[in-house]
Amino acid sequence: MGVDNPLGDNIITTSLDLLVNWSRKSSIWPMTFGLACCAIEMMATGASHNDLDRFGIIFRASPRQSDCIIIAGTVTKKMLPVIKTVYEQMPEPKWVIAMGACACSGGIFDTYSVVQGIDEALPVDVYIPGCPPRPEALLFGLMKLQDKIMKERNSFGAAIGLGERYIPEAA
Amino acid sequence: MAENNRAVRKLKEKFAASILDVAEFRGEVTVTVAKGSILEILSFLKQSLQYNQLTDLTAVDYLGKKAERFMVVYQLLSIPNKDRLRIKTAVSESVCSIPTATQVWATANWLEREVFDLFGITFDGHPDLRRILMTDDWVGHPLRKDYPLQGPDREPYKGRLS
Repeated sequence: MGVDNPLGDNIITTSLDLLVNWSRKSSIWPMTFGLACCAIEMMATGASHNDLDRFGIIFRASPRQSDCIIIAGTVTKKMLPVIKTVYEQMPEPKWVIAMGACACSGGIFDTYSVVQGIDEALPVDVYIPGCPPRPEALLFGLMKLQDKIMKERNSFGAAIGLGERYIPEAA
Repeated sequence: MAENNRAVRKLKEKFAASILDVAEFRGEVTVTVAKGSILEILSFLKQSLQYNQLTDLTAVDYLGKKAERFMVVYQLLSIPNKDRLRIKTAVSESVCSIPTATQVWATANWLEREVFDLFGITFDGHPDLRRILMTDDWVGHPLRKDYPLQGPDREPYKGRLS
């Protein structure tokens, strides 16, 4: 080889964005927050059979330590201020997953007391259909969120105060 | 049948003018009484006839079906006598209030708050008449028949194919 290689195979080259995105997608920490029957499926997804821990997805009991909130269930108008408060308490960067028909659109509860989709209040990144979605569906939704995080640009620059994070529109 | 019920006989003896109707359906006795003497009747049932538990207090909206729009329903249980009794009284929309039963059964407190919240019937003399299910700033009473199902700020759903 013409090029001297003093460090052996101990070095890789990458972009800082890629490194930041990779570390973020490998440690999505969702808020422990369940609203209805979808929360049961969310717990099943986190339990040993499907095991979210292998993705580095670990439920946190505090919004201050979370970077993702899974809206798992029916959002009533009475609960909405609570969800907004929890979301505002989460540090940036943060992502929102609407899990199930109720969180996506209000589902079967087309009534005065139910919010017709959490996207009326929070910026949703991934919508997961189902009533409730099976653990595989939630897992797939979380992997879609990982894909989305990997597509983010300027994530390192935004972290050190240079510009905004940029998320390309889905093709 | 219902006339042989011990409680109904005692009520008829004491409040003959206020008992409007007595009905029995599948062993359930229902007494419809006048609103003016509801509190005396309920107190008498508790103190003298041992109806010591108010299991439920609700209301029905008969919008367009009856002259007096609301019917307040008291479901009573006598634990020593193993007996149940239903007391109903009509409340009109123009005078949409009824005396509170909190002095008779303490459990009426929250049940009356629920009826106030969802039907808008006020309970005179209630110690703490606030909404209990809906948010404090809610406008309207959702269980009234003329309340739009999807809320007042939405265009009503007209069917999937319209």
